[in-house]
Order: sequence, then C-alpha cells, then structure tokens
Amino acid sequence: MATETLTAAATAGGVGPRRRSGGIRSNENLAGWLFVAPVIVILGLFLLLPILMALWVSLTDWNGQGSPFTGDVPFVGAHNYTQLFTEDGLARRDFMTSIRNNIYYVAIVVPAQTVLALGLALVVNNRMLKGKSFFRSAFYFPSVTSSVAISVVFLFLFANSGAVNALLGFLGIDGPEWFADSRGVLHLLFGAVGVDSPPAALADGGPFGLTWWDWLAGPSVAMISIITLVVWTTSGTFMLMFLAGLQNVPVTLDEASTLDGASRWQRFRYVTVPMIRPTTFLVLTLGMIGSWQVFDQVYVMSQGDPAKTTLTPAYLSYRTAFRDFDYGSGAAISFVLFLIIIVLTVIQRRALAERDTDRPRRGRWRRRVPERS
Amino acid sequence: MAVLTDRPAAAPARRQQHAARTLATRFLGYATLVFFGLVFLYPFVIQIGNALKTEPDAAANPLSPFPDPLTLAGFERIFAGTNFPLWLGNSLLVTVLVTIGRVFFDSLAGYALARLRFAGRGGLFAAVIAVMAVPGVVLLIPKFLVLNQLGLYNSYAGLVVPLLADAAGVFIMKQFFESIPVSVEEAARIDGASIFRTFWSVVLPMAKPALITLTILSFQGSWNEFPHSLVSVQDPDLFTLPRGLADLVSGSLGKGTQYPLKLGAALLATIPVAIIFVVFQRYFVRDANDGSDKG
Repeated sequence: MATETLTAAATAGGVGPRRRSGGIRSNENLAGWLFVAPVIVILGLFLLLPILMALWVSLTDWNGQGSPFTGDVPFVGAHNYTQLFTEDGLARRDFMTSIRNNIYYVAIVVPAQTVLALGLALVVNNRMLKGKSFFRSAFYFPSVTSSVAISVVFLFLFANSGAVNALLGFLGIDGPEWFADSRGVLHLLFGAVGVDSPPAALADGGPFGLTWWDWLAGPSVAMISIITLVVWTTSGTFMLMFLAGLQNVPVTLDEASTLDGASRWQRFRYVTVPMIRPTTFLVLTLGMIGSWQVFDQVYVMSQGDPAKTTLTPAYLSYRTAFRDFDYGSGAAISFVLFLIIIVLTVIQRRALAERDTDRPRRGRWRRRVPERS
Repeated sequence: MAVLTDRPAAAPARRQQHAARTLATRFLGYATLVFFGLVFLYPFVIQIGNALKTEPDAAANPLSPFPDPLTLAGFERIFAGTNFPLWLGNSLLVTVLVTIGRVFFDSLAGYALARLRFAGRGGLFAAVIAVMAVPGVVLLIPKFLVLNQLGLYNSYAGLVVPLLADAAGVFIMKQFFESIPVSVEEAARIDGASIFRTFWSVVLPMAKPALITLTILSFQGSWNEFPHSLVSVQDPDLFTLPRGLADLVSGSLGKGTQYPLKLGAALLATIPVAIIFVVFQRYFVRDANDGSDKG
C-alpha cells in the first residue's frame, strides 16, 4: 500500500528524472516520518488531543478538582450547550450578551479597519510621494507589538484624565469615563431623539432571553475604546495586504482609463476596486475571523466590565472556566465559538479556491502564482 | 494616483491646470500621510514621555510628550518594586527555547513535506492547513486540560513545550523549500550524503531568508504570547512579561494609578520587538504578504 501511494505521488509530481533515482529515494519513507515526527507529536499532544479532551469535558460538570476523566465526574450530556440556548438563566443571558457585544464589535471593527487599511494603502501606493516606506512602517508597527503592552498604553490614553479626553477637551467636548460607561451607543442615539426608556414593544420578549431593547443597545462606550485600539493595531497588517493587491493592478490599465477621460473617483471605483476585489474579500473574511477571537484586550482593559458590556464569547469561556470553575460550560462556549469561526473560515477558503481556479482566465496580470496543493 | 506628466498632446492651458492639480494632490497626499503618521506613532510618543513623568504630571498633562520634571522614578520602581526582572528572565528563556524549537522542527517538517516522498504526505499537509485554521482562543481550556493531565501545569515545560512547533511555520518553510531548485540536493544525494546530511548542510544554508523570517516571527510571537501563559502557569515565579504586565494592570500594584510605571514597563516589553522590527523590517513585510497568499 505504501508503494502504491509512493508511485502515485511520484506520478502526480510529474518530474521525469525522479523516477529513475528510486534507489536513492528508497529510505525516504522512514526519513519523511522522522522529519515530521516532532511536529506531529507536539501538535497532536497540545492541539488535537486537547480538543478531544475539551469536547468530553464540555459534556460534564467538572469543577477543576482531580482528573476530569474518572467516573466521579458527573456526566451531563448536552446540558452545557442547551443552557446556552434554550434554558432561561444567567448562563444564557451572559452568553447572549457576549454574542451581542461581539456582533456589534465585528460590525464596527471589520468595516472600519478595511476602509482605513485601503485608504492607507492607496496613499502609500501613490507614486508621487516620497518617504512612503517610512510611513508604511509607521502604520504597520502597532501590528507587531505586544497586545498586552499596547492595551496598557490605550488604558492610559482612554483614562478619565487621559489623552483622548484631553483632546476632546480642546474641541470643547466633555469626554466620558470610558471604562466605567456601560451605556450603549445606540441607546445614546435613541436618547438623543428623545427615546430614553424602552418603548413597550421592545421592553421584553426578545429572542434568547434578552429583551429587544437589550439587543439594540449597540456597543457600549467602554467597548468603543477597545474597538478603537483594535482598529488601530490591525489596520497596518491589512494595509500591507491591500498594497500587495494594488501592486497587481497594471499601471497600463490605470493610464488607459485616464486617457479615456475617467476622473480619479471613476478610476478608483471602476478600475481599482474591481481589480482588488479578491484582496478585499480576503481582508474582510480574515477580519471577521480575527474579530471573533478578541481576548487579550478585553482581559487587560476591562475584564468584561462595565455591566458585562465588553464581555465576548472568548473572554466569557475563559472566565466561566478559570474564575467560576465551571469548566464544562466554559468548554461548551469555546466550541460554539469554534463553530462560528470555522464556518467563516470554510466560507473564506471556498471562495479563495474558486478565485484560484478562475485565475488563469482573468488573472493575466497577476505576478503571483498560487502554490496551493 | 496615476496622474500623467508630459503628455505631448496636452494644450498649455491644460498642462498648467494639470500641474496645479498635481501639486494639490501631492499636498493632500503628504497631509494624509503626516496625519496618519501622527495617529499611529503619537501614542508611542505619549507612552515614552509619560513613562518619564511624575504621577501628578502624567495625570495633568497626558497629551504632552515632555516630562516636567523629568524623572526616572517610574523605572526605578519597576525594578525595585515589581517582579519585572524575573518576568524578563522568564520571557527571554521561553522566547529563546521556543524560537530554536520552532525554527528547527518547522524546517524539518517543511522539508519533508516539500521534498521527501513518503506515504501519507498529502494527508499530513492537509492536516497542517487544517490546524492553521484552529483559532488560538478556543484552545485555552483544552490546553489547560492536557497540561494538567500530563503534570506540566505550572512548569517551564508547560510554558515552552506546547509552543515548540506551529503549523504556519511548517507552511512557510514548505513553500520556501519548494522554490529551491532540486538539482543541488540531488547531486549531494548521488554523492552519497544521507537525507539528514543533505538537509542540514546543503538545503538549510540555501534557505537563509526563510529561516530569518521564521526566526523573527517565532521570536515576536513567543515574546508577545499572552493567552498561553494564562492557562499554563499560575505561579507568579513563572510569569512571562505579558503576563506580569497584565497582572500589574489588574491591580497588583496597590494604591494609585501609577501610569508612569505601567507605561514604562509596557515600553520595556515593547523595545526588543521594536528593535527587531526596525532592523529586519522587510522580513515582517514579506510575512504579511505571504499571509494574503496562504489565506
């Protein structure tokens, strides 16, 4: 069987001379496995095995005492999952609050970082400007720094007497107490038009144990500061991706459209945007995948407070397991989050695979050749 | 962007108008660059300035980068009043071990997946791609479970061993090895060199750019690594820098906000990565662009 696979691989590889040198390659089977063995052991032991263990724990009520793999640990079946969705109670309310918070977070972070990254890439890609590489590095630098260290800086910037409020003060605005302010931004907007308390229709009866009024809160003021931090740190990375995409837009095409009398906006709208559509898609999906994983910033800056408005599923799963010692529930939350992220990843990879098979036809100008196998 | 200059057909009037527009574009371009340059760099300037201030000064003038009076008290307290030196040592140890491990193990596996023909190779590569999609944050509880079960919880081994290999690194190395011409190593093999010998003395030296990229990424990744230390240790003697920093912020300092101290500690934790970024910038940029390829 092994030889079959080998021949198949060799044929599939399609490199002629290799087949002749079979004598040299005879011990490659053993060597190959020895070479990959350390990686297999480490990833198997600390990635695959733990996922299976957590799957088991999510079906139990293990409280952290002793080993979760003995008969003493109460097996509860799917209860840890059902209490997140169907049973009214604190667990569901917290979980749904965290989902709501993260949805608003994604809804702001993803568009904001995409637009900012594209804008920065367009400016940095401008051939008439000097010193671009300095600015490119400056925009990218926050992306490589420690999320914890940068969160400390933003804690200071958004402190009550911090830089952001000082800046707002120059503009005559009285800044909020960012990390103590649990008011939802949408609620504040409703309040601005005179709707301060929930209308009767929204006061109760929303899905999954939260009222419609709660679902419509919008991100809290505290969450806005975390959103600002994340957009600020991630835009640089996505800017580099857009830059790579922009460099694939042939200059001749841009010049041709200029000759045809296209305005700058028309060139952007009808030449640049369509040409970088694959990159845009990549940035949007990577952004969504990343935004569901926000953890470090929440841990350092707010720990889910104020009033649970910066709680995210990732942080909630950590808190449920390691602070409340309810490892089963925590693991169940992790797996729901896992599912959300995997669905997004599958959508992304599908679309990228389609784009790659499309490429030879319409991607004549692309300098990169996909090496995916 | 692509405003063309010296178009022979253009009438003089149009050319003049054109030149004015070019100038305006350029001005607007620089204004945007400088504005965003400030947005992205000024927080670091504020951080450095305020780390050197007294606490009342930092509270009163948070926007000013100039300390008045300038004081090193914050830094003195970092070294005298916190476990910072210990965290620094732990971080160095973990980072060095993890970087060495990743570069070595990822290259070995990347080479095997790129060049060696063995049963199950295709399946293994598919597994590597699948593993890259597993989000780190959902592994918090799982990692704790396995470390606990293996008796590695609260130990240096627990901090280091799980990070010794990563799928993305294997992927980078495999892609690079595939781009090296196969003829050189075939010559070595025909001369009777063993597979490992060929890999070690012929292929690896040619893979220097990829090795540098991987070294930098591993260094940066493990130096900044936070969630893993959160679930693998709880003994303060085993804290790494990000963990210690998070601990400082969440109130282990006691009285006052002590922002100069916190900003200083965060600054010291950022410096090594900043130096590497400045020196090896192009390798960072390469990585981000690879990212757009691998998806």
